[in-house]
Amino acid sequence: MKKVCTNKLTDEKFKALDEFIDKLSYKDGALITVLHKAQEIFGYLPVEVQLHVAQKLDMPAAKVNGVVTFYSYFSETPKGEHVISVCLGTACFVRGAENIIKEFEKRLSIKPGQTTADGKFSIDALRCVGACGLAPVVMVDGKVYGRVKVEDVDAILKNYI
Amino acid sequence: MGNVNIVINDIKLNVPDTMTILEAAKEANIKIPTLCHLNLHDLKAVNKVASCRVCMVEVEGRRNLAPACATQIYEGMVIHTNTPRSVRGRRTSVELLLSDHPADCLVCEKNRQCDLQKIAADLGIRGELKYKGEMSTYEKDSSSHSIYRNLDKCILCRRCETMCNEVQTCGILSAMDRGFETVVSPAFGLPMVDTACTFCGQCVAVCPTAALTEINKVGEVWKAINDKEKYVVVQTAPAVRVALGEEFDMEPGTIVTGKMAAALRKLGFDKVFDTDFAADLTIMEEASEFAHRLQHNGTLPILTSCCPGWVKFFEHQFPDLLDIPSSCMSPHEMFGVIVKTYYAEKFNIKPEDIVVVSVMPCLAKKYEAARPELSHDELQNVDYVITTRELAAMIKEAGIDFEKLQDDDFDHPLGESTGASVIFGTTGGVIEAALRTAYEWLTGTTLENVDFVQLRGFEGIREATVKVNDMDVKIAVAHGLGNARKLLEAIRDGKAQYHAIEIMACPGGCIGGGGQPYHHGNVEILKKRVAAIYSEDKGKKIRKSHENPEIIKLYEEFLGKPYGEKAHHLLHTHYIARKKI
Repeated sequence: MKKVCTNKLTDEKFKALDEFIDKLSYKDGALITVLHKAQEIFGYLPVEVQLHVAQKLDMPAAKVNGVVTFYSYFSETPKGEHVISVCLGTACFVRGAENIIKEFEKRLSIKPGQTTADGKFSIDALRCVGACGLAPVVMVDGKVYGRVKVEDVDAILKNYI
Repeated sequence: MGNVNIVINDIKLNVPDTMTILEAAKEANIKIPTLCHLNLHDLKAVNKVASCRVCMVEVEGRRNLAPACATQIYEGMVIHTNTPRSVRGRRTSVELLLSDHPADCLVCEKNRQCDLQKIAADLGIRGELKYKGEMSTYEKDSSSHSIYRNLDKCILCRRCETMCNEVQTCGILSAMDRGFETVVSPAFGLPMVDTACTFCGQCVAVCPTAALTEINKVGEVWKAINDKEKYVVVQTAPAVRVALGEEFDMEPGTIVTGKMAAALRKLGFDKVFDTDFAADLTIMEEASEFAHRLQHNGTLPILTSCCPGWVKFFEHQFPDLLDIPSSCMSPHEMFGVIVKTYYAEKFNIKPEDIVVVSVMPCLAKKYEAARPELSHDELQNVDYVITTRELAAMIKEAGIDFEKLQDDDFDHPLGESTGASVIFGTTGGVIEAALRTAYEWLTGTTLENVDFVQLRGFEGIREATVKVNDMDVKIAVAHGLGNARKLLEAIRDGKAQYHAIEIMACPGGCIGGGGQPYHHGNVEILKKRVAAIYSEDKGKKIRKSHENPEIIKLYEEFLGKPYGEKAHHLLHTHYIARKKI
């Protein structure tokens, strides 16, 4: 029963993506725009979505996959329920952001860009979020934690478990 | 657009402003080393991504060095190509490439054929490498029957990508990821076997290093030759004899048919036969099929089907048009089945003891030989396919002094061939050979001038109209899969009407195949091979396939009528609609 629901949901998502593509006045050079929309709809860009885009835009799947893997904004894995973004901009970096992100990686046993097996967390590495005064900065689902120390990591994670 | 005045290394030049520094330098006989650059002018294959930074030169007034291959000239430009600064820049670029490249040249597949190795030697890079760091390593891809990918050796020149996307329009290979992680790969890192790759091997033909090579079958062929229980026969494609000599430093375009036959015999093959014989057989079947379709309102145009890269291309890209290609198997497949039936019967040899080895200019033939439907009585028609390059390697390994060999002939039967079969090796040749026969059959008259010169040439798509009886028969020829796509799309849209079309996957036809000696970007080599093909045709006593006495005998003794029931059963095949990934 659950599976049927998911399929229906996916069908609707593909329909929404198709409507977006069909409305475009141009198809040449529309790839990145379409991928943005697709990621907005699906949350990430799994193989089936990339193949679908390739077919709709009549271009090789390798080209689509090349663009998806080139830009760090596009993700081929689903994001976790909570997205932990660690700023690695210059100010945060010199104030120890590298150790912070490593601590998150250790706690969750995943690398930046990956999602935990239970789908709860994913880690993103960001460049400057514009809050250098608070460096090093961590954002979880948009909530900002400033002047984070390695020993704060546990406490931050506890808020979301 | 006009001419501009420039100065290169103190030489004054007045040249068109559309030129790059590299092109202008060539006018003045100044050599600038290149690596990623590729320009096969007539074949419209140009790679100038300027990714390798090997062609760096100094331009007065410019802060940094300029890549000569991608920098356009302008009025008053003053260029220096061999100043210490430009040479140093070049050397640094190569040293950086070497810092992420396995230094196993001695045992590398491309040893002595590698463009990176050559440029490093030319630049005097010796001893300890200057830069050391992390090396990129990837899983090797030997999933297909044709192409071996070892991306540890990739220098990201993108030549393969240009061939695959711009020239062949297959879009299998593309750059993935970024920075140090960048890799040229099929979508989603799929192994080649799971893609819509046609295995034309043009990526291999232009790869400067050993990142892309053929799946090598030399070991298996030696094993078969040395197996006393096996009866090993070899056949050679038309394009091999006009290119093999290059592997032994002979002038491109040298015809080495006789030496090749002698060498094959010395290697220990039980019988040395000729695919050209089977090319004549293909014409008998294909010309009959064409005549049949013409006279019985069959599907037109008829498309040639001897090129396995092209066959796989239309199966993936035009699965709705599977009824227009000829149902004829390719010549070496026809040969294989005839050896394991007619020949086996005639000489009382068990078909299962026969090993058929094809020497081909082609990588797709390796894949083709493994297609399950190209078999008879549960035996594959062809057991092993080796390329022109692999044959050369075997001859060298056996210590045969190729140049000094006395000319020898093929064995008979299955060794006799006509001029019509020879020209299979070049673009336009198959359709010309088919016309020589179809014309005589349809008109019932003798064709005096067999040279259909209007079908020859290097133009990507060519057309000609030939008067047969009262009918204007419209012919088209395309080489390179990008050109084939254009033609097929026009047919699908009803914009083009032809009676017969020849298509070859590789630019130039088989002489430019992915298994031929490396041309290193020199298109003149391909042209010399074409000239050799036509001169071999001219030198043949018989120049029409249906006049080949051994072919006539084959039909009399075994096959019955061309395009008849037995021929249909043994020599024709079907096509499979495939996915486009």
